Amino acid sequence: MDKNFAARRRRDLIIAAVLAALAALAPLFIKDVYVQNILILTLMYAALSQSWNILSGYCGQISLGHALYFGIGAYTTELLFTKFGVLPWFGMLGGGVIAALIAMGLGYPFFRLRGHYFVIATIVIAEIGLLLFQNWEWAGAAMGITIPIRGDSWLKFQFLRTKLPYFYFALALCCLAWFVTWWLEDSKWGFWWRAVKDNPEAAESLGVVVFNSKMGAAAVSAFLVAIGGAFYAQFLAYIDPESVMGFQFSLLMALPAVLGGIGTLWGPVLGAAILIPMTELTRSYIGGSGRGVDLIVYGTLIVLISLALPQGLVSLFSRSRAKGVTR
Amino acid sequence: MGLLYGLIAVGLALIFGLMDVVNFAHGEFLMIAMYASFFLFAFFAIDPLLSAPLVAAALFVFGAVVYLLIVRFAMRAKANAGMVQIFSTFGLAIVMRGLAQFFFTPDYRSIPQSWLGGKTISVAGIFLPEPQLIGALVSILAFAGLYFFIHRTDFGRALEATREDPGAVALVGIDKNRVFALGWGLGAALVGLAGAIMAVFFYIYPDVGASFALIAYVTVALGGFGSVFGAFAGGIIVGLVEAVTALVLPPSLKSVGIYAVYLLVVFIRPRGLFGSM
Repeated sequence: MDKNFAARRRRDLIIAAVLAALAALAPLFIKDVYVQNILILTLMYAALSQSWNILSGYCGQISLGHALYFGIGAYTTELLFTKFGVLPWFGMLGGGVIAALIAMGLGYPFFRLRGHYFVIATIVIAEIGLLLFQNWEWAGAAMGITIPIRGDSWLKFQFLRTKLPYFYFALALCCLAWFVTWWLEDSKWGFWWRAVKDNPEAAESLGVVVFNSKMGAAAVSAFLVAIGGAFYAQFLAYIDPESVMGFQFSLLMALPAVLGGIGTLWGPVLGAAILIPMTELTRSYIGGSGRGVDLIVYGTLIVLISLALPQGLVSLFSRSRAKGVTR
Repeated sequence: MGLLYGLIAVGLALIFGLMDVVNFAHGEFLMIAMYASFFLFAFFAIDPLLSAPLVAAALFVFGAVVYLLIVRFAMRAKANAGMVQIFSTFGLAIVMRGLAQFFFTPDYRSIPQSWLGGKTISVAGIFLPEPQLIGALVSILAFAGLYFFIHRTDFGRALEATREDPGAVALVGIDKNRVFALGWGLGAALVGLAGAIMAVFFYIYPDVGASFALIAYVTVALGGFGSVFGAFAGGIIVGLVEAVTALVLPPSLKSVGIYAVYLLVVFIRPRGLFGSM
C-alpha cells in the first residue's frame, strides 16, 4: 500500500514535469494570439481552481466566495502600483499576504458554521467586498482602475507586444499551485484535512486541531488565489470591481475542480483544460449572435457532466486504472 | 418590501429549507415567472394579478419536470452530492438565461434603453393603487398556507419524513420521487406567484433573477433551514434592515446591511434564528 502510494506520487510528479515541459514548448508552435490567449486563461483557471481545491476539496470547506481573494490580489497590486509606484511583484506578494490574513481573520467566525450556512456566508462576504469596492472612490469605485502603460518590461510585469511572458507566468503559477497541492497531499496537513473533511468529530478526538487545519488551508488557498488575481489584473491592464470580484469568479474557480474531480490532485487541471477552451470557443463561435446560444450549450454541458460524473472526469481514469489492476 | 423578499423566499424555504436540496436556479424560476406574466399581459391583456394562478400552475409543472429530469439524478450521486446539486442547478440556471436571451431579448434589442423604462407593466392607479400591498397580502397567505400544509397535512409529514430518512419512508409505502416532485412543483408554484406579482413593479430581463436569488438564500438561511416561520421572519427582517440601511448608507450599499445582519445572526446562532438543521 505504502509502496504503491509512493510510486503513484513519483509518477504524478514525472507526469506533471513532462506536461509542464510540453506546455512550455507550446508557444514555439502556437503563434496565434487568440489561441495563446485561451491557453493563458486555461492555465490561470487551472491554478485558481487548484488553489480553491485546497480549502474546498481537500479540507471540505466549500467556499463560493474566493472571488474576494482574487479581487484583493488584483486591487492590492494595482492600487500600490498606480498610487505609490510600487512594482507589481511586491504588490502581488503583498496582495497574497493580505488575502491570507483576511482569510484567517474571517476563519475565526466562519469555521464555526456548517454546511449551507458556511457556503452562504462565503458568498455574502464576497458580495460585501464587491459592494464596498464599487463605492470606494479612492480605489476608482465602479469605474475601476486603468493600469498606466509604461512599456514592456519584466520589472513592471507589463507586455504589450507579446503575450508570451504572461503565458510563462501563468504556467509557472499553475505549476506552483499543483506542486503545493502535491507536496501538501503527503504532508501532515494533507492527512489532517482529509480527516477534517470526512469526520471532524473523529478527527478532533484523534488529536487533529480541526480549527487550525482549516485556517492553514484557508490561508494557503487565499494566498495563491490572490497571486492569480494580481496576474489577471496585469494581464488585462484594467480592473473594475465586477470584473475581478464578481460572484461568477467564485463559481468559475470552483467549476474546473468540480468537473475534473473535487479533492483530487489532477481534477482542477483536467477540468480547466476542458472547460476553459470550451467556454471561450462557444463564446466566440456561437456567442457572436448575442442571442445566448453559447450560454445554452455551455449550461447544458455543465448539467450533463456534473450528473454523469459526480466524482469528476478523473474518475474515468481511475476506473480504467482499477480495471487494469484487477486484470 | 420585506414581505416581498419573504414571498420569493417562501418557495426556496420549501425546496432548500425543508427538502435540503440546493437550487441555484431559483432566481431563474422567478425570471421565467415574470416573463410568463409579462407575456400574458402583453398578448392577452390579462392583468398579472389575475394571471398569477395561471403562472403558478405553469411553474408547478415546470418545477416538477426539473426535479424529475435533473434534480432526481443529482440527488442520487453518492459522492459530492452537494456540489453536484449546486452545479447541475447552476448549469440549468445558465441554460435558462440563455433561453430567455434567445427567445425574449431580440425583440427589445433595438431599443435597449427605453424598453427598460417603457415596457414595465404597471397596473398601479388602474386596477390597484398599491400593488405592493397585494404582494404583502399574498405573501402572508402563502406562508400561512405553506405552514398549514407542512404541519397539518399528510403530504407535509411525508415530505419531512422523506428528507429525514428516504429509506424508511420507502418501507411504509411513500414514493420518494413523487413526494419530492410535488414538493418541487409546489416550491416553483410559490415562486411563480412571487414572479407574477413582482412583474408589476420590476423590470424584466434575462438576468433579473440573480439579484433576488442571493437575498432569497440569505432570507432562508437567516430564518434557519427547516423552518417555514423562520423564512417568514427572515423576510421581514431583511426588508426592515434594507430600509434602515438605505437611510444610513448610500442606496448602492443597501444590501451590505442585509449581508452583515446575516453574518451577525449566524455567528451568534449558527443555525439561523429558528433553524432545526
